[in-house]
Amino acid sequence: MELQVEQIVTWMEKTNEKIQDNKEYLTSLDQAIGDGDHGINMARGFKEVVQKVSGSDYESASDILKDVAMTLMGKVGGAAGPLYGTAFLKLSASVKGKKSIDCGSFVTGLEEALAGMKQRGKSEQGEKTLIDTWAPVTEEMKKAEDFDASLLFETAKTAMEKTKDIKATKGRAAYLGERSIGHLDPGSVSSYYLFTSLAETIRGGE
Amino acid sequence: MKKIINNPEEVVQDMLKGLIAAHPNSLKQIPNTTVIVRKGAPVPNKVGIVSGGGSGHEPAHAGYLGEGMLDAAVCGEMFTSPTPDQVFEAIKAVDSGSGVFLVIKNYTGDVMNFEMAAELAEAEGISVEKVVVNDDVAVEDSSFTTGRRGIAGTVFVHKIAGAKAAAGGSLQEVKDVAEKVVANVRSMGMALTPCTVPAAGKPSFTLDEDEMEIGIGIHGEPGIERKKLTSADEVAEELTQKVLDDIKFNSGDEVAVMINGMGSTPEMELYILNGKVQEILHERGLTIHKTFVGEYMTSLEMAGCSVTLLKLDKETKQLLDSDSNAPAFHS
Repeated sequence: MELQVEQIVTWMEKTNEKIQDNKEYLTSLDQAIGDGDHGINMARGFKEVVQKVSGSDYESASDILKDVAMTLMGKVGGAAGPLYGTAFLKLSASVKGKKSIDCGSFVTGLEEALAGMKQRGKSEQGEKTLIDTWAPVTEEMKKAEDFDASLLFETAKTAMEKTKDIKATKGRAAYLGERSIGHLDPGSVSSYYLFTSLAETIRGGE
Repeated sequence: MKKIINNPEEVVQDMLKGLIAAHPNSLKQIPNTTVIVRKGAPVPNKVGIVSGGGSGHEPAHAGYLGEGMLDAAVCGEMFTSPTPDQVFEAIKAVDSGSGVFLVIKNYTGDVMNFEMAAELAEAEGISVEKVVVNDDVAVEDSSFTTGRRGIAGTVFVHKIAGAKAAAGGSLQEVKDVAEKVVANVRSMGMALTPCTVPAAGKPSFTLDEDEMEIGIGIHGEPGIERKKLTSADEVAEELTQKVLDDIKFNSGDEVAVMINGMGSTPEMELYILNGKVQEILHERGLTIHKTFVGEYMTSLEMAGCSVTLLKLDKETKQLLDSDSNAPAFHS
């Protein structure tokens, strides 16, 4: 299968629903180890994304992804804004001009998004950040022959849950050191919503 | 949550409206942004100074706009760093052609958003330099972590970098002196009560009646250690000692002291604390050049304080003493 513009819209709508529904949960996760604004910021950003892309007429998948990137960058703020913004900008650039995206191109896009986020956040896997969801998802997707909803669900969920045991060394949670252990990383949880929304979108199209 | 607000999602816009209304002759808001610029900016032939960060730290940062201090403040959402487009607007608004200097507090989001804005500005041919303030001794500083936070000591960077720019310093000279301040300023904070971010609606952590949190930042986040509340003298000892342990102070060194309230600590308590801090510094043989007691970098209605020491030399002393009409900077 290939991701069409309409499916990217659906992906964003589903992500937005999950983020709005879990706004307080994300905020409570962030209150435990950060400053408690992750749910609020992500909800503001994705609400704007949906307003921007729903009902718009996009020629190509790369155009809509670029608008998602610019909206997130301009509306989220904090660390999540530049990181999610960078991810979608890289994803968009790697499929530049493409009307729709096949699995191979999407995986290349994910790899570039991951590299972009690592560079922007000066962060690596294992530091209790959203990279800890993005990296395993990218790794598993590379092995898949086509978009695989179950694989996405499973990988994102396991990865997100694993962040509970990590001691934070990047981001604001790092200031808590050992006290960050036992808490999920809010950025990994919002990334989990993003990937499970993609899985649901794919499942809808299967 | 009990607060004088309208809609939790509009607190920043509502605040800016009131802020401009209070200072119509000295401040202006760039339309459709959260950027506050001092009137008269860009000042011809002067390096523009931009700072900012999340809102909720008032009077930081807009209170430090004025001659000899900042030219623009970028006000993010509550405790959330502003976005790159907003910072970029601020840079454009204060560039006279002499370049723009960014004062950034060391928080992941602030660093990323300001760096992206600097990249956007450089792409348009504006020279940009920056300093990242990391004065908080509470947190570990290693190459494997985010590093130390920027807290109340940032205000000294605003003042001294701002004064250097006002005196005609080049972009590189402003950067050099700002780095000198960062290398010589250290802070440590504590809290008695947490604060409530309006959109979250409940306190960021809970503290029992007899507890205090040591080593807090300025975003209502927990500190590094929770303890039984002790006397003001013991709190002063603990905070000051941690600062003194971190940087080499020699007998005879001149320092500036800042006793900063976090938002809802009575001035009385800050002065009580200051009394002991000064005693400790005298015992160490340090000369106190100037003392600042009050609210400079707050955390909404958090009760608590931070102690900042800045080791001065001839240049930084003179720049600290030079005039500024920024409404919130006074000793």
